[in-house]
Amino acid sequence: MANESISRRDILRTLAVTAAGGSVLQVIPAEAAAYVHQMVHKEKAAAPAGTYTPKYFSASQYAVLTFLCDAIIPKDEKSGGAVEAGAPEFIDLLTSENPEYQLKLGGGLFWLDAACTDRYGNVFMQCRPEQKKEIMDLIAFRKNAKQDASLSQGVAFFAFLRNLTCDGFYTSKIGIADLQYIGNTSLREFPGCPPANI
Amino acid sequence: MAQVIRSPKQYDVCIIGSGAGGGMAAKILTEGGLNCVLLEAGPNVNPEKDFKMLMWPYEATHRGAGVGGHARENFGEFLAPNGAWKIEGEPYTSAPGSNFQWFRSRIVGGRTNHWGRIALRFAPIDFRSATRDGLGDDWPITYEDLAPYYDKVESYIGVFGTKENVSSAPDGVFLPPPKPRCTELMVKKACDKLSIICIPSRLAVITRSLNGRLPCHYCGQCGRGCITASNFSSSQVLLPPAMKTGKLTLITGAMAREILVNKEGKADGVSYLDKATRTEKRINARAIVVAASACESARLLLNSKSPAFPAGLANSSGTVGKYLTDSVGSSGYGYFPQLEKMPPHNHDGVGGMHMYMPWWKFDRKNDFPRGYHIEFGGGRDMPGVGMFYGLCRDEEGYGPTLKQRARQVYGTHIGFAGRGEMLPNPDTYCEIDPDVVDQWGIPALRFHFKWSDYELLQAKDMQETFRAIVETMGGEYKTKTSIHGEYPFGIEPGGKIIHEVGTARMGADPKTSVLNGFCQAHDVKNLFVTDGAPLVTNPDKNPTLTIMALSWRASEYLLDEAKKGNL
Repeated sequence: MANESISRRDILRTLAVTAAGGSVLQVIPAEAAAYVHQMVHKEKAAAPAGTYTPKYFSASQYAVLTFLCDAIIPKDEKSGGAVEAGAPEFIDLLTSENPEYQLKLGGGLFWLDAACTDRYGNVFMQCRPEQKKEIMDLIAFRKNAKQDASLSQGVAFFAFLRNLTCDGFYTSKIGIADLQYIGNTSLREFPGCPPANI
Repeated sequence: MAQVIRSPKQYDVCIIGSGAGGGMAAKILTEGGLNCVLLEAGPNVNPEKDFKMLMWPYEATHRGAGVGGHARENFGEFLAPNGAWKIEGEPYTSAPGSNFQWFRSRIVGGRTNHWGRIALRFAPIDFRSATRDGLGDDWPITYEDLAPYYDKVESYIGVFGTKENVSSAPDGVFLPPPKPRCTELMVKKACDKLSIICIPSRLAVITRSLNGRLPCHYCGQCGRGCITASNFSSSQVLLPPAMKTGKLTLITGAMAREILVNKEGKADGVSYLDKATRTEKRINARAIVVAASACESARLLLNSKSPAFPAGLANSSGTVGKYLTDSVGSSGYGYFPQLEKMPPHNHDGVGGMHMYMPWWKFDRKNDFPRGYHIEFGGGRDMPGVGMFYGLCRDEEGYGPTLKQRARQVYGTHIGFAGRGEMLPNPDTYCEIDPDVVDQWGIPALRFHFKWSDYELLQAKDMQETFRAIVETMGGEYKTKTSIHGEYPFGIEPGGKIIHEVGTARMGADPKTSVLNGFCQAHDVKNLFVTDGAPLVTNPDKNPTLTIMALSWRASEYLLDEAKKGNL
């Protein structure tokens, strides 16, 4: 991640140097560099791999959250998954700041354990793999709640978590690379649509 | 009331608001030699610190979602300090049955820090539309009166575009436009088949160096604010030259409460709340320019009551707050399977569309008056929060299938948004709410808002057009709207498009208007209003360019009158 930060700083520097003598830009390099450093510090503080202490969820709920994030966007042959991309940390951070998320996600995780206890006699994490898959398959589709209304809270919870997991993954370096996004850089001229593309 | 701290200093002009209208007045008036003080309700803007240009989502702790995910309710946390529809401590109300969303920006430069930079001239017919169709009122000025000021504004701020000779969208002084993106070429092809005019857009983004500003570097992030000022904002383009004259005093954190008048009925000062010290202060000035944004300016005038002006300042006509309009907005999007095979490429460009559709049905009879333009965009944009909610809703499930589907559908959607002309109606206006004040005790606004069938028919036409374009392109139109419900045909609530204007309109007749053609109050010769409030109509062109042209013209007139001793 540091590489991208440096490249942003370098771009800002280049732009500022190019503008030397221009009217509005003489203060940029030092302040922009300081700003980028500050952001990198923040980012490192936010996501030290492997040692994250959840701000909102209990350790056991965080373990379920992490399991579900991994199931929603798993690692595959092309790229890492949502857990590697920091989605659980991202979701925990937002939840710690928003009572509505606390209800939807915190409450949803309790719902999941209660539903698993009813069905399988165990909380989610202690269920067998095929039981976990079965309950996830049930709450991953709206049509199941139409057939069995007792699933509808679980379906709403899973839909909310799926959105947030996508947010966490596709705003990460891994997720952005997975989509093969090219850009967020400085160009002298915009090339337009490559002729071969249309 | 707490003790008022009086400043002994006397300024030539006090300008209230530092956005497009106030910033332009500050530049022209100070360069013309007048000593000005500029009151801004928000803090200063620091582009190099505040603007998140070129930042990746993962470089921000909240990835763009903002604290608690709340930035999603506005425009996301990467946007330039941007304001909101709800500001803590600054309430407004909607009358029963009305839904109006009032966007306020409290920062030096106001909304120009983040606006879409869509810089469109009003057309000659827009100043004379009542003569043509009998609806509403004509302006007291013509296109020819304003055209030289459009020229000056475009030349100074920099607008790209092309000469097209389309009567609904007059040509201007343009820099070369950026090349079209792949998705834009696809849309253009479909528009050609449908005989819809599709031309390079006109944005206040410079593609060549201009007045010491660097040309655009095509990161696609104008909305975040531009550290190199390659796009236009009042804070970076209008205020620096005004400051350079040494004749501008900028006071931030200053919330205007009331415009004060002397015994002769002239405005002679402004009472404002200094937010930092929470004290009431007073500025003395020989003339006042109000540019606080259309509804905020109306609120200030209505709250400036005195024995000489019992209904509010400059309101002998009773029209302050009336004739409120916003743009008609309705949007939709399509999915284009052929884009799944589009090879990855840099699609960023400028922060906004490179092409658009000006109003094209001006030559025929339509089932609604006036017209709309279409903005569109989509393709391989930088990923961000919310980008895959549609996919999640459509595909559901989880795991490798979902991930693979995200790869396939990334960049395959194109969105369309219509922006049309609303006609003023008697059920749409703002007034002082008798029961509500803000945290400084300033009486708040209450909004009344109603769409008429004119606007609903326009929104219906937009939806039909979007569908036709999408299907002609071989795509699937995904947006579902109907005549029923709170938002027929997807029409946005009033205020959502942030083009609210008209609340202190100009006119030839002092009985039915607040200002004359130079934005000068009929009732108070040394009072001017130079934001969106003076606009008589709200055609399908975003108002900012016209606000700046009117403000430039009004400021030159003010300078001239000051020289003649007429103020």
